[in-house]
Amino acid sequence: MDNILSVLVFFPAIAGLLGFVVDKGSARVYGISVATVELLLALWLWMSFDTANAGMQYVELIPLVPDFGINYYVGVDGISLFIVVMTALMTLLGMIGMSIEKEIKNMIISLLFLEMTMIGVFVALDAIVFYLFWELSLVPMLYIIGAWGGPLRIYASVKFFLYTFTGSLIMLVGMLFMAYLYNSVSGVWSFSLTDWYALVLPENYQIWLFLAFFAGFAIKVPMFPFHTWLPYAHGQAPTIGSVILAAVLLKMGTYGFVRFSLPLFPDASVMMIWPISVLAIIMVIYTAMVAYAQEDIKQVIAYSSVSHMGIIILGTFAMNAEGISGSIFLMLSHGIVSGALFMLVGVIYDRRHTKLMSEFGGLAAVMPKYAVIFGFMLMASVGLPLTIGFVGEFLVLLGFYEISPIGAILGGTTIIIGAIYMLTVYKRTFFGPVTNEKNKTLPDLNGKELTALVPLVAIVIWLGVYPKPVLGPIDTSVKALISFMHEKARSDIAKDTITLSKSVKEAK
Amino acid sequence: MLEPISVSLASLNMATLAPMLIAIAGGLIILIIDLFKSNLHKSLYVMLTILILFVDFGSTLGLSVNERGFFDVMLIDGIAIISQLLILAASMLFIPLALTSKRFHEYSYPEFFALFLFMIAGFQFMVASDNLILIFVGLETASLSLYTLIALHNRSNSYEAAVKYFTMGALAAGFYAMGSAVVYALTGSVELYQVSNVLQGRVDEAGIMIAILGGSVLLMAAFAFKLSLFPFHTWTPDVYEGASAALAGYMSVVPKIAALVVAMRIFGMYIDLGVDWVSTMIIVLAVLTMTLANVMALVQEDVKRMLAYSSISHAGFVMAAIALDTTKGNTGVFLYYALFMFTNLGAFTMLWISRHKNRVYHERYDHPYEKFAGLIKIMPMGAVLMALFMLSLAGVPPFSVFWGKIYIMSAAVDAGYVWLAIVMGLNSAIAAYYYLKLIVYMFLHDPRENDGTLYYNLSKPLMTIIGIAVAATVASVFFMQPLVSYIYYMVSASGY
Repeated sequence: MDNILSVLVFFPAIAGLLGFVVDKGSARVYGISVATVELLLALWLWMSFDTANAGMQYVELIPLVPDFGINYYVGVDGISLFIVVMTALMTLLGMIGMSIEKEIKNMIISLLFLEMTMIGVFVALDAIVFYLFWELSLVPMLYIIGAWGGPLRIYASVKFFLYTFTGSLIMLVGMLFMAYLYNSVSGVWSFSLTDWYALVLPENYQIWLFLAFFAGFAIKVPMFPFHTWLPYAHGQAPTIGSVILAAVLLKMGTYGFVRFSLPLFPDASVMMIWPISVLAIIMVIYTAMVAYAQEDIKQVIAYSSVSHMGIIILGTFAMNAEGISGSIFLMLSHGIVSGALFMLVGVIYDRRHTKLMSEFGGLAAVMPKYAVIFGFMLMASVGLPLTIGFVGEFLVLLGFYEISPIGAILGGTTIIIGAIYMLTVYKRTFFGPVTNEKNKTLPDLNGKELTALVPLVAIVIWLGVYPKPVLGPIDTSVKALISFMHEKARSDIAKDTITLSKSVKEAK
Repeated sequence: MLEPISVSLASLNMATLAPMLIAIAGGLIILIIDLFKSNLHKSLYVMLTILILFVDFGSTLGLSVNERGFFDVMLIDGIAIISQLLILAASMLFIPLALTSKRFHEYSYPEFFALFLFMIAGFQFMVASDNLILIFVGLETASLSLYTLIALHNRSNSYEAAVKYFTMGALAAGFYAMGSAVVYALTGSVELYQVSNVLQGRVDEAGIMIAILGGSVLLMAAFAFKLSLFPFHTWTPDVYEGASAALAGYMSVVPKIAALVVAMRIFGMYIDLGVDWVSTMIIVLAVLTMTLANVMALVQEDVKRMLAYSSISHAGFVMAAIALDTTKGNTGVFLYYALFMFTNLGAFTMLWISRHKNRVYHERYDHPYEKFAGLIKIMPMGAVLMALFMLSLAGVPPFSVFWGKIYIMSAAVDAGYVWLAIVMGLNSAIAAYYYLKLIVYMFLHDPRENDGTLYYNLSKPLMTIIGIAVAATVASVFFMQPLVSYIYYMVSASGY
């Protein structure tokens, strides 16, 4: 099936349209069935993916507006493949674990449309198609936060929309300028990424364009100091909203850096290593400290998720194979782990309608299964060896060590501070005596929640012990990306910085 | 004894006049029918009008590019043809809106439809000529008909709106006449191509620049009124509020297309002559218009007034494209309106079908935001459609206005105005807030008191129009290519 990517993108959208007809009572089963089929399709894509090939596979190109160079152009490589699979997985598990009863049909339809836009972003190879899915993803998320969220939901959802919308419009101007440059060099209009890759730009253009794209991506990630929308969005969003937001939507920003900024502007990327790393390190340490100060468990996880996004950025701008592969692997593990943590907070919120740590204590005795799974995810979140979190963080820090040992050490504090705040949460919530009467009778995880969480635990351990099936294809594509950037870079500094790591060279 | 004038009919090239004559004849036919038998139902007149417009559309489509006729005052070039087609298409979409389920005063008069057709003829004269006098005649024919159409809505604030528009329009006409007089004084001609030739030779003369600037400023003021550019925009929200929602939607598209074509002819000429000041002036006005109108729209409490300010902002956005004076920019103008037309008419139609005879929800406004609170729970389909129109107006891809936006922004980037493209982008972000506000009300608020009569004015013909608008808004990506290539061809064929 050569057009499997189009099927992957449009299957949930068509299912969403048909979903309007499905009866309210059956909407949930409908959604889960659709998401299961989507996941199976994504797994099929993975199985039939040629892991030795570093380039784009399953490429489809249909001209939309040829006069203006806009094509429906999609493809997948090792970098995007696993994010697509993870998107399908998290949408399915999020739906299974979802406890929402109110307006369930609208929720299912929104989620299915959201799934289309998310997968669309990760497979798009045309800038306008990418932008299209990128912007469209805001709409269902606005509705999910705004309709099912907490008391400040409207403020939070509008803030989320406007922040990202503003950033991406600046990115759009960057894209238009890129197309204009391409046209002035080649005489043809094109928005296709593979055409743009061939364009070697002078440094001053690269810097401005890098900044234009940065506006779009950095707000989405969100990088310090553009992160202020995220705690509101997470704080007010329903569980499913936070799961999708943390697991997938934030990855769009980091993915954008890898797909657009690095290969299009290698010299500018090298020049920007320092400013961006400083922002990333501030983001890692500052938000980790803020996380420690929170009383609300969900806010702790929200800030810890921002903190880990900082590590992903560090890895991306390490400009070597370890760093970039590590950051892509970390995108996956962050998606799985923070998604699972948000689901876990949702579990307890459904039972007690509060997320404050002070309300809990001693839950390990009342809800043992819950405590075990929470424990696993916590370990993965702080990056304990043999969990999925370790692999990515280790590779990123190893990669960044070559740029700056100090930076890597500062970035590494995330593991220490992370352990402090996460273990505090664990201690205050799960250990000690059960002080609150209401907590004595809490039921443990039910079948629905276990179905959603156990697969994630399995993945956390499996990829923690044996990451190769995933890391291999990522590495292949990342190495191709790096050697491409190395070729394309104009300045000597950039050429020196963008290298396959020394260890790899020695091994050869 | 004067020589008898002999003019051969062939040299008049009457085909160039055919579209306007069809509209005028159609208007007369409607009046004659009324003479013979009065009290006929409005549906007859609506269908007759559509048929007349259809014939008109056909005759426009059959015109060949770059012809002159009728003592050379008619100029049928590419932009004349495209703009007439757009005007006729928008009019055909507009007129079925008369077929509401409730009776409205204005549609019981056949004169409404006759005036409507005369107005279209006026717009057609405006765009199909480069003679300043004929443009003026067309402009006034169209405007006088439009004032009457507004006043026919039979509400006290409709009269207020009509009088306000009339006064402002008269002032604009005065500016226009004075500007044309200055042009005539400088060049001895009112034909733009001759004006251009004469000015070409005189542009280096000492002191002439002041006169050229004076003329251009007067003309600019006239068109700023018509296009509702800042600071001449203050009439717009009141007039839109007083007019029926359907007519307001129409006014935000068709008169603007006509005025933009004339602006393109006149100011394009100045920019070609190297009068850079004109393009600076247009850009400054355009930027101020889109920004200030956006800021004003943020604080409106009524959806119709919000849409009025939003249409001012869109007009500013498009006006900036004229200052670029590139083929791509001018193509963008038509492309933008071709796409904006469907969405905007759709949005105003949604207001029109929710129009009550009395103000049920607010003592001052017909369509306060609260009216639409919780619509998703009352009428999910209506809420989704309105949200689609709002997202399209906000420039969210893949809906129609987005394509117009990127085309114009791309034209600005190509012409070296990257900062202008960024300003346009930031303005779209500001605008997103007020469109979002309606979506937030519809989707995220709980319904207020609901008597089940929100879409009280709904009828099958109106549903059809909304269906067409939705289809065009959603599927725009699929007809972008033919549309762009046709418009680009037409614009470049006429040398703009």
